[in-house]
Amino acid sequence: MPLTLPTYPQPDARGRFGRFGGRYVPETLIPALDELETAYAAAKTDPAFLGELDRLLREFVGRPSGLYLAQRLTEHAGGARIYLKREDQNYTGAHKINNCLAQALLAVRMGKKRVIAETGAGQHGVASATAAALLGLSCVVYMGAEDIRRQALNVFRMKLLGAEVREVTSGTATLKDATNEAIRDWVTNVRDTFYILGSVVGPHPYPAMVRDFQSVIGEELKVQHQALEGRPAPDAIVACVGGGSNAIGIFAPFAYLPEEERPLLIGTEAAGEGVDSGRHAASVAGGRIGVLHGAMMYLLNDDEGQIVPPHSVSAGLDYPGIGPEHCLYAQTGAAQYVPVTDAQALDALQLLTRLEGIIPALESAHAIYHAVELARTMRPDQTVVVNLSGRGDKDVAEVMRLLSLQDPVGETPGQLLSPSLLSEVHA
Amino acid sequence: MTTLAPTRGAARLHAAFEQARTEGRAAFIPYMTAGYPTAAGFPALAQTLLAHADILEVGIPYSDPLGDGPTIQRASEQALAGGTSTRHSLALVAELRARTDKPIVVMTYVNPIYAVGPREFMRLAQRAGVDGLILPDLPPDQDLEIADLAAEHGLAVTFLIAPTSTPARVALVAQACTGFLYAVSVTGVTGAREGAALGEVPAMLALARQHARVPVAVGFGVKDAATARQVAGVADGVVVGSAFITAAANGQDVDALAASIRAGCVR
Repeated sequence: MPLTLPTYPQPDARGRFGRFGGRYVPETLIPALDELETAYAAAKTDPAFLGELDRLLREFVGRPSGLYLAQRLTEHAGGARIYLKREDQNYTGAHKINNCLAQALLAVRMGKKRVIAETGAGQHGVASATAAALLGLSCVVYMGAEDIRRQALNVFRMKLLGAEVREVTSGTATLKDATNEAIRDWVTNVRDTFYILGSVVGPHPYPAMVRDFQSVIGEELKVQHQALEGRPAPDAIVACVGGGSNAIGIFAPFAYLPEEERPLLIGTEAAGEGVDSGRHAASVAGGRIGVLHGAMMYLLNDDEGQIVPPHSVSAGLDYPGIGPEHCLYAQTGAAQYVPVTDAQALDALQLLTRLEGIIPALESAHAIYHAVELARTMRPDQTVVVNLSGRGDKDVAEVMRLLSLQDPVGETPGQLLSPSLLSEVHA
Repeated sequence: MTTLAPTRGAARLHAAFEQARTEGRAAFIPYMTAGYPTAAGFPALAQTLLAHADILEVGIPYSDPLGDGPTIQRASEQALAGGTSTRHSLALVAELRARTDKPIVVMTYVNPIYAVGPREFMRLAQRAGVDGLILPDLPPDQDLEIADLAAEHGLAVTFLIAPTSTPARVALVAQACTGFLYAVSVTGVTGAREGAALGEVPAMLALARQHARVPVAVGFGVKDAATARQVAGVADGVVVGSAFITAAANGQDVDALAASIRAGCVR
């Protein structure tokens, strides 16, 4: 079956998801966004573009990614069957590659020779550098100094792939500031540069375009769930949300279904040390409506409009906003957004590792935590699908550091888990 | 130049441009970040610039200033660290207003306006004696309410055009401006540049003048008398920002620099 990109009822012609989204950017970029919108609209229905994207997704990325019944995790939760959508099986280790290859193909189609990207955890940076290497484009990746510390391995991978990694020291030196710098670069070099934006954020058409490219996740899920369970839609889908690209990729193909056919859609936000602690990245639970990086969305900002620095154990969720389509879902109830703390995510990471032999990314661990909690409350004939957005290789050094803080002697690795989880694993 | 003056702020801005024109000059519009270098030190720095200015532009410091280069970003970070935020910036403008009759425009990103509340923001700005707003991340077709609320409170609005703007965009932006039109001289962010040249500016201005009902000022990259003179040859106003922040940061004579650039604004 040839690849087609889905069509959704949102955004409107002005790039708005309800009141969210839009184009709050310097005027310099408006013509470039118009150009991108036109080029994307043409590419979206061009068999040559779709055929090449389809070939790369299958032969280079390794799609379709598996839909895996996590039997021991299911037994552990004692409720609904828990499936993992294995985006961690993708080449480069996360869902990010789906979008990067598609945008890089679009860059080639538009005659651009230089691409730029921003990255937090480094997964989008690695995916951008990979796509650039594959397609012969020069690549500059902006990354916060704090994230460079946390993700040294990914920094090296990007350099090995031929990308230039530019360290950002302004502001909080994390993803938000890397995004500012990437946009500034684009404003300056807009005529010959393509900005590969990594999530469903930014000015229109990025949130819509990135969603379309990531929808392959949810579209595959329909087919796979049908084959395994005899129906296309699971009862619930859980995915972690920073900017929200992996979540929108698995939600959007279901989000516009009539309510009675729609799975329960749950995005897990990074609650850091707790939503009340002031040290979190939960934009829906702890933010309010504002404008950042060109779009209106739920945003961590103070009562005078200054952006509040986010915090998460996961560099990939450490972003003060959330994509405008998620904001619409939150407002209409099409999806729910629940906070999951650093500690809960760390526990869930160990739990999945011990029970299934899969080390998830810290981002995905937020979704695992809530999926287990949710599955407990559901019947055994129901299903919960977790989007396992990425694998944990990049996080192992940081996890080791964090766990050694809990257990500085490190003599008893089995006791790294919190006592309640530990007893359950060995019960 | 126009005689159209829909608001008190617009009338005052247009009068300042007209006065400069009768003196054979382009209007000189220096910029300073509110609360820079400190909340206590800002009034004196602003007064120094005001002494030479036709119009003063005051920037509200913002944590994520997308359209600004490193100089203004660092000034914003310093001002924010010193406690100057949105409401405080407007209070600093009110202090200046008590000491000068010259027009003052406020540059702000949209998020502080939304956070304070557009109506409340306009009310505070009006009460502070602000004449107009410059909105660097608000293309006029994104939010029509902001411009309407500004007009309701007697404030003029200024939007930006850039060398990349298509003729249709130039027309749209120019027609939306009630204060003056701000033409960005280069693709890029604010900041003084080596070897800055007018390049595409004359053609952009010629196009803008076909649609604008207001004066046209040029900014980004103007740093001294020579670059000011280039710009003054084609524009109604010259905006200079980063050069003053750099001078203040390095302990240079801001008064002498302002005098020199103003002298460069001749036709």
